[in-house]
Amino acid sequence: MSTTTTRPKSMTRTLVLDDVTKQFATGTVALEDVSLSVAAGEFVTVVGPSGCGKSTLLRLASGLDDVSEGSIEVNALSTSYVFQEPTLLEWRSALRNVELVGELRSEGKADRRRRAKEALDLVGLAGFEKQHPRQLSGGMRMRVSIARALVAEPDLALFDEPFGALDEITRLHLQTELQRLFALKQFAGLFITHSVSEAVYLSTRVVVMSGRPGRVVADIPVPWAYPRPPELRFEPEFAALTGEVSAALGEHS
Amino acid sequence: MSAPVRPSTAPSVPPPGSQEVFVPTSLALHRSDAAPAAQPASSGTRPADPASSGDPARTPRAARGRAAAVLAKVGPILAALGGIVAIWYLVSYVVLTPERQFLLPPVHEVLANTVGNPNVMGPMLEALWQTVGVALSGLAIAVVLGIGYAVVMVQSGWAEKILYPYAVILQTIPILALTPLIGIWMGYGFSARIVVCVIIALFPMISNTLFGLQSASPAAHDLFTLNKATRAQRLYKLQFPAALPSIFTGLRNAAGLSVIGAIVGDFFFQQGSPGIGGLLRTYTLRLNMDALFMAIILTAIFGVVVFSVFAALDRAVIGRWYGTGGR
Repeated sequence: MSTTTTRPKSMTRTLVLDDVTKQFATGTVALEDVSLSVAAGEFVTVVGPSGCGKSTLLRLASGLDDVSEGSIEVNALSTSYVFQEPTLLEWRSALRNVELVGELRSEGKADRRRRAKEALDLVGLAGFEKQHPRQLSGGMRMRVSIARALVAEPDLALFDEPFGALDEITRLHLQTELQRLFALKQFAGLFITHSVSEAVYLSTRVVVMSGRPGRVVADIPVPWAYPRPPELRFEPEFAALTGEVSAALGEHS
Repeated sequence: MSAPVRPSTAPSVPPPGSQEVFVPTSLALHRSDAAPAAQPASSGTRPADPASSGDPARTPRAARGRAAAVLAKVGPILAALGGIVAIWYLVSYVVLTPERQFLLPPVHEVLANTVGNPNVMGPMLEALWQTVGVALSGLAIAVVLGIGYAVVMVQSGWAEKILYPYAVILQTIPILALTPLIGIWMGYGFSARIVVCVIIALFPMISNTLFGLQSASPAAHDLFTLNKATRAQRLYKLQFPAALPSIFTGLRNAAGLSVIGAIVGDFFFQQGSPGIGGLLRTYTLRLNMDALFMAIILTAIFGVVVFSVFAALDRAVIGRWYGTGGR
C-alpha cells in the first residue's frame, strides 16, 4: 500500500482509491476492488446497506487503517474527520473543544482561539462558546463537532454517518447547514450515510455500494448547484433521483 | 460474650463527683451556643425593620428556605446520632446489670471521664493528631505512586499485563499478614506506620486511575491520532482529564483506607509517640473502658471527616469539570 501526502497545487483529485481491498485479520473481506476519487469542490456520498464496509472505507481514506491491497492517494494539506458520535471532550467548553485541533498542532493561543470562535460562529453557535457538551443538545454537539472539523481549513473532509443518531428535524437542519458550509469552503467531501435522501440532497455525486464484501455498484451524479434550498427535497426531480439511487441499492443488496 | 473479669476496674478511675458537675456545664455550653444562632433568625422574620422595608418578603423567606435545606441535610444525621445515644443508654442501663455496666459505661460517664479530664483528653488528641499526620502522609504517597503506576501501565498493553498482577497481589495479601514483616524490616516507628498506610491505600488509587485512563472512547483516540498528537499530548489532553472523575473516586476510597492503615500501624508499631491506635491498645490492656470508648469515638469522627471532606472535594471538582456546577 502507499499513502502519499503532497501539496494540492493544481491537482484536481484530492482523494484517490485505486482497487482497494480490505480484509480483516478475522478473514472478513470488508471491501473488494473499490475505486473511487474525490476532487476539490466535490462532495461524494457513499450509501449502502449496513455492514457493507462504508465506515471501513473512511478509516482507510483517513489513514486510521491500512489497505490490504490496492493504493490510496491523498493530496491534502489538512484532512478532517467527523465521527458518528460528536466525540467531544466533556471537560472542555465548546470553544476549547474546537481549539483542541490548534493545540495539538501547536498553534499560538490567540490565533487558534480566534479561529475556533470563527468556526463556532460559522456553524451557528455564537454565544455558546462557554457551554460544556453536557449543557448542549445533540444537534448542537454535532455542530461543535463540525466546527472542530472545519477549523483546520481541511482540503479533505470525511464524514462517518454524523447525522445518523439525530432526530429527523435536527437532521434536516444540519443537512441544510452542511451543504451551505460546503458551498462556502469548497473542500473535497466524502460522506457516509444510509439515508438516500440525505445522500442526494448533500452531494455532487452518490456512490452506491453493495453488501458484504463492499463493492461500488453505481456512481450517480447530482446536478443541482449550491447552496441548495431545503424545498429542493419536495421537487419531482429530487424524487426521481432518490428513486434511481434506491433502485441501485435494491438491485444489489 | 460472657461476663469478663474484675468489675473492680470500672469504678477505679472516675471520682463520681466530677461527672455530676461536668454534664450540666456541657449542656449549658450547648444551649449558650444555640442561643445567638436563634436570635438573628427570629429578628429576620420581622420584616418591619427599616433596612429591609424596600423588599420585605424576600429575605426572611430565603432565610427560611435555607434553614429548611440545612435542616433537611443535617436532620437525618442528628437523628441517627440520637438513635445511637439512645441505644447506648438502653444497653448501659437496661440490658446490662449494674455489676456488668462497665462493659458499656453510659455516654455521660464516658464524656465526663475523658472530655472532662485534660490528663486523658490531652494525650488522646495529641495521639489522634499524630495518626492524622500518618494517614495523610501515607495517602499522599499512595496517590503519587498509584497514579504513576497506572500511567506507566497505560503506555502499552504488555506493560499493563506485566505490572497489573503485582498490584493485585499487593491487594490480596491481608495487611495484617504483612504488618509484622514491615516492622522487622522498617523498625517500629513512623516510617513503618506510613508504609502500612501506603500499602493499604495504594490499590484503589492504581485500579481507579487505570480504569479512568482507559475510559476515553476509541473515537476520541482516533481524533488524537488523526491530528498527529504526541504521546504526551494524548496523556495530558485526553487520558488524564478523562480519568479525573475515577481518580477522585479512588482518592475517596484510598482516604478511608489510609485511616484504617494508620490505626493498624499505630496498633503494631509503638516506638515513638503513640498514635490513637497505640492508645486503643493501651486502654484495652488496662481495661480503661471510658477512654477506650472515647478513642473509638474519635477514630470514628476522624474516619467520617476524612470521608466527607474527600466526598465534598469530589463533588465540587467533578461538577466544575463538566461545567454542570455539581449536578
